[in-house]
Amino acid sequence: MSGTVSGARAGAVLAALGILAVFPLVFSNPTTTTIGLFVVIFMVAATAWNAFAGLSGYIALGHAVFFGSGAYTLAIVAEKLHMTGGWSVFELVPLAGVVAGLIAIPFGLVALRTRRHTFVVITIAIFFIFQLLAFNLTITHGSSGLQTPTPLWTAVGYNQRFYYVAAAILVLTVAMAWAIRRSRFGLQLLAIRDDEDRARGLGVRTGRVKLIAFAASAVPTGMVGAVYAYFLGQIFPQFAFDPLFDITIALMAFFGGLGTLTGPLLGALVLEALQQEFTLHFSVGGLYLIVYGALFLVVILLLPQGVVPTLASLLPRTRARLTQRAGAEA
Amino acid sequence: MTPLLEVEGLTKSFGGLRALDGATLAVAEGEIAGLIGPNGSGKTTLFNVVTGYERADAGDVRLRGRSISSAGPDRIFALGIGRTFQLTRIFARLSVLENMLVATQRHEGWARSVFRAAGSPAERKQALELLEFVGIAKLASLPAGNLSYGQRKLLELAYVLVADPDVILLDEPAGGVNPSLLHHIADRIRAVNAAGKTLLIVEHDMEFVMYLCGRIMVLHQGRVLTTGTPEQVQRDPAVLDAYLGGAEDEDDELDVAAVQL
Amino acid sequence: MGPQYAKAVVDGVLTGGVYALMAAGLTLIFGVMDIINIAQGIMVILGAYLSYVLSVHLGLDLFATLVLTVPALFVVGVTVEWVFMRRLADRERTAMSILVTYAVAIIIEGILTQVFGVSFIQLHASYVNSSVHVLGFYLPYIYLYGFALAIVLLGGLYAILYLTRFGQSLRAALQDRRAAELIGIDVERVRTITFGIGIAVTAAGGMVFGATNSFNPNSGYDLISRLLTIVILGGLGSIGGALLAALFMLVLEDVVAVAWSPVWSTLVFFAALVIVLTFRPQGLFGRAAARAQ
Repeated sequence: MSGTVSGARAGAVLAALGILAVFPLVFSNPTTTTIGLFVVIFMVAATAWNAFAGLSGYIALGHAVFFGSGAYTLAIVAEKLHMTGGWSVFELVPLAGVVAGLIAIPFGLVALRTRRHTFVVITIAIFFIFQLLAFNLTITHGSSGLQTPTPLWTAVGYNQRFYYVAAAILVLTVAMAWAIRRSRFGLQLLAIRDDEDRARGLGVRTGRVKLIAFAASAVPTGMVGAVYAYFLGQIFPQFAFDPLFDITIALMAFFGGLGTLTGPLLGALVLEALQQEFTLHFSVGGLYLIVYGALFLVVILLLPQGVVPTLASLLPRTRARLTQRAGAEA
Repeated sequence: MTPLLEVEGLTKSFGGLRALDGATLAVAEGEIAGLIGPNGSGKTTLFNVVTGYERADAGDVRLRGRSISSAGPDRIFALGIGRTFQLTRIFARLSVLENMLVATQRHEGWARSVFRAAGSPAERKQALELLEFVGIAKLASLPAGNLSYGQRKLLELAYVLVADPDVILLDEPAGGVNPSLLHHIADRIRAVNAAGKTLLIVEHDMEFVMYLCGRIMVLHQGRVLTTGTPEQVQRDPAVLDAYLGGAEDEDDELDVAAVQL
Repeated sequence: MGPQYAKAVVDGVLTGGVYALMAAGLTLIFGVMDIINIAQGIMVILGAYLSYVLSVHLGLDLFATLVLTVPALFVVGVTVEWVFMRRLADRERTAMSILVTYAVAIIIEGILTQVFGVSFIQLHASYVNSSVHVLGFYLPYIYLYGFALAIVLLGGLYAILYLTRFGQSLRAALQDRRAAELIGIDVERVRTITFGIGIAVTAAGGMVFGATNSFNPNSGYDLISRLLTIVILGGLGSIGGALLAALFMLVLEDVVAVAWSPVWSTLVFFAALVIVLTFRPQGLFGRAAARAQ
């Protein structure tokens, strides 16, 4: 029984990897590959956010700090080194991840001392500090923004290069989220979500556990921020540090199912594709915001568990299988 | 020989209220000691200070002669003091078995925990044995939030045992429990003690305390009024006075209003 | 201390009064409902737009528009509470409320963008453009009038809280929801009306804000981040704390703008929050919450 389950699961993982790999080859028109790239970028960000917030219950609304720091790291370093484009610029992507992870440590040390609503507000405040810094520092060139190197690639396969870099980050991020979820560390995060003080009383070093998860979720977010900056060719403070970014990735995780592995992936797929479609067909305007906000409300109020857990509990067969597996483990 | 756990001159105030006022007591290795006292006498505060949830204003807590009064709850647990809560605190959305696994890492560094699965076969086996011991093994895969009140008390007892602590502090193990489970809980506490654990029990149910404890300490207005065998304590007129005099209901917990206008 | 510092302090106090009013609504809602209303910022902007429409199209005086906008936003508040807030489960209510009110804010921002576009506007009146000469500097009348309005409304809020039967119920619900229910208070109704009042004050705040700043539908973000900073510093749920924190922060901001640069004054605003919370997680004026057991 458990053999067929894990067999089916391995099959599903392989199929997903296959689709991820061939997608930009099959649907190679630039509009579609651009949408694909953005979907993958948000899959990474939502999965990384969920690995911290979904498990620990700390609703962080400051992950745009990591996204923006990653974007600016790539832009600033490329400028200082006079890089001219090409693959070598991608070598800055891991650096962007490291910078984001390092920023997460003091950020987390301050913010994670507080709980629940105060935590949410302090993450928002720290976000605004970074946005203001980006607007006002000389190194970021303030509101005029920064250019990133322009790769001299031909139109054919141009988007695909960015796509595959982002896809590689996605595979690593999902692997990380999976490892966290099934590790003792992940169990400690879940215990913190349910009762942080009790967890401390059972020996869980809550401060350290939260900080590590926070920093770990910052790294991939910074990496895709760098890919995003390179792809766009220029960055501005209000796009690199966008308050909507935070609420978007939170919504994606909520939509799919907080704390689940597939939830944020599904959320990013549906919502980001929808958003890209929207921006294509309607010019920038309020309509998009209205639909987005309404969708958000529908998800939170009608599907508070998210799509994945709701579907799972609706399918009796899945439920039976889940209990059987739990029984087998027990 | 030094007692296993010593509390000396503990003082703790909340605003104007003195919850602990020089409380001094000792628990010897291998005994089941009882801590009783009227409402508001400081029992829960004493537990909170000993287990690191509250910092005392003055005084000292020692485990095997070593001061632990500056350590936090996680450290104190690692040093070998486990506790349960008056209102049980379990991880409601984790399964009963997962609740057990949260605790199995008394001597583990964080780096190891990141790379380790949430429970080796050996740990799972031990967890199930303990659940078997308290009698709720058949509920292992249920979400802990589905357990009855008494079952939660048993789960709390079981997961405190996972880390093999030297001393276990039980905060009202009989409180609010269905009478049919009371005997079972008392029996399990005896069995834990027989296995070599030292216990300190706070309890309102006098029959329960008298039945279990070899020695009882009476806390009154933040200090220990008297100590003795159940019979001695029962006969002590000062104890009766404390209970009658302290009958007006003060709360152990300070209710700081959420809002100041 | 030159006159520019005196002006900075006076400016800070006067604008601080208006922020105090808007923050009072936010902190009151939190105290009674455990809800952090992220939409508070956009509600202020909505109030500003409503005053704009009424003053431009009906020729109403800015202060006269409040007769219509305050009740209008009260109704908006009651509706939002009734449709959305009521459905939030008690568990993780605060976290969920942040997301729900964020979504409400996005929708209102979208509607305002559809109707008014994204160009910046400002409210105009004779007293917006003329100034009074005090202490060696010029002060637009609107600052004085706005401050006076804020004081009057805050006084009204206190009167409601301490002199009316509703206020009594509200304070009871603030202290202890269950106990309030036990003594027969309709807590649901109290919550709905509290949310309405908390939103209604933003109409007045919005009018003064719109007359002293140029704004567009995007301005809600900046406002809510400031208001949140103020209520957290003041201690969530404490109206008195919000008043002090609003004055403190706005004076600080204006003084930094003079002493250093306006560019960094906003940064100081948020940095102050981070620094304070590092040392006092309960805020400057808040008391430590009772330990949950």
